Amino acid sequence: MSGSRKVLIVSGVALALWGMGFGLYYALFVEHQTLDQIGGSLAASFSDAASGDVIASRAALQTYADTQFDYVRSVDVHSHWIGLAMLLIVFGVAFDRVRFLERQKLLLAWSLVIGSVTFPLGVIFQTLDRGIIPQALAAVGAALVIIALAIIALGFARTERN
Amino acid sequence: MENTTAFESMGARRLLIVGGITLVVAGMIFGDVFAVFVLHQNANRIGAALMAATDAVASKDSALVLAQFTNIGGMLENRGTKVDAHVHMIDFGYLALLLALIQPYVALTELTRRRLAKLFLLGAVMLPVSVFLIHYVGLSYSPLSSIGWASISADLGGLLVIVACAGELIGLWRHARNSREAESQNVTPKEITWASRTLLAGGTLLILAGFLHGAFYAVFDLRNYETQDQIALETMINASVAQQNSAARNMRDTNTVVEGYGMIQAEKAVNIAAHSHIIEFGLLAILLAFIQQYVFLAERWKRRWAVVMLTGSVLLPAFVLLELQFGLIAGGVADAGGLLVIIALIGMLVGVLRNKGQVDATEGAAA
Repeated sequence: MSGSRKVLIVSGVALALWGMGFGLYYALFVEHQTLDQIGGSLAASFSDAASGDVIASRAALQTYADTQFDYVRSVDVHSHWIGLAMLLIVFGVAFDRVRFLERQKLLLAWSLVIGSVTFPLGVIFQTLDRGIIPQALAAVGAALVIIALAIIALGFARTERN
Repeated sequence: MENTTAFESMGARRLLIVGGITLVVAGMIFGDVFAVFVLHQNANRIGAALMAATDAVASKDSALVLAQFTNIGGMLENRGTKVDAHVHMIDFGYLALLLALIQPYVALTELTRRRLAKLFLLGAVMLPVSVFLIHYVGLSYSPLSSIGWASISADLGGLLVIVACAGELIGLWRHARNSREAESQNVTPKEITWASRTLLAGGTLLILAGFLHGAFYAVFDLRNYETQDQIALETMINASVAQQNSAARNMRDTNTVVEGYGMIQAEKAVNIAAHSHIIEFGLLAILLAFIQQYVFLAERWKRRWAVVMLTGSVLLPAFVLLELQFGLIAGGVADAGGLLVIIALIGMLVGVLRNKGQVDATEGAAA
């Protein structure tokens, strides 16, 4: 097996395991509590408003928005890590059909692996810090994946022509 | 080591291919049934409960508010667990197909690989079925305060899948250490057929389109939707509070905001559905490109199923996106797209079931 295929397949299986492990941890220790908090704070914001306590209502709504923000990103990260892992393994299997030099394919494989790790990592960091750095990390990761994907598509097309 | 390319009737690779396609088909049928008979009706009920909650705020009735939100929570759990069951069943199907493809690189005995395949499929069925049951089983007889037996069973299913994947990873590691041993074995077919080529190229383009759409959504829409979501809820509450001391209560404004809130949820839902479906169909198409060598059908039928598969894969996400503009017509076309994918998958599954090792026999004869 070539080096680029090995990088893609081993990284893909490892990332799938990591993504599933993260999902299992999240489901066991975080998700149920988070869902309770989302539902509870939204209900509290309406309930407080019914009692005439507008300040408490707004605070509860803010808690709802913040928790929802974190929840959406955590679930996204879980699904994206596993989805990207599958993509890595699939391309690992198909990489013989990408007609580039092995050195270029290795670079392409590492770009895809780094992008697949850093893009969801940037997204999950947004739950800790909503500043520019996590967003930039996610954007760079996503860009790496998209560029690598476009070049791989080109590589497949070259194979077909040849 | 035993021949890792074997495709005998109960071999690890055949088990994973048949199990994988079956999981994808079952997950898609479940998704179609859910979309047609549950999704929209459930959304309408949630909207009605939210309107009732705003009415209760205007009436200063906190108990009724909490009752409505308990009701909404139940409906959201019902919806969420069904979406989770649909997604996990299909994704485990993909993973099964992937594991089937990497079997030649898993340096374990056929018996161990078969056991790992069975363990994987057991977990892959157990998790989505248990998730589906969460809404119905609830906390009955549960020893825990917030996690029911169905959730525990689902987590156990997930653990089985992880253990099976870890076993496959060990096999890959052993192969990597002794790579020369199986260097000659290759998962990719020696001859690339038209169907395989079309699925590979089409799948890659679908994934690229899905990533570009996802990036656009994340950059330009996601944060806006989250802000709009919060503003709509705040406006909803304020409009209800404004009616608390009104002699002649008028809930028209509040109801308009609730409807607007529903539209925001719908826009988010169609964008996410289109994004995930186009990428998953792309992955599936690429996986199926490699499965073609095990599909024991005439070449013209393989071509037909490939075209049907890709047509459905484009139709479903494209018309899901158009659902908000064209309503039921677009929804119908999207469902028809899903049906095309299901038909193509069943066609290919029949081909795999007809295959009793002819590929290996042919390769062996050629050798």
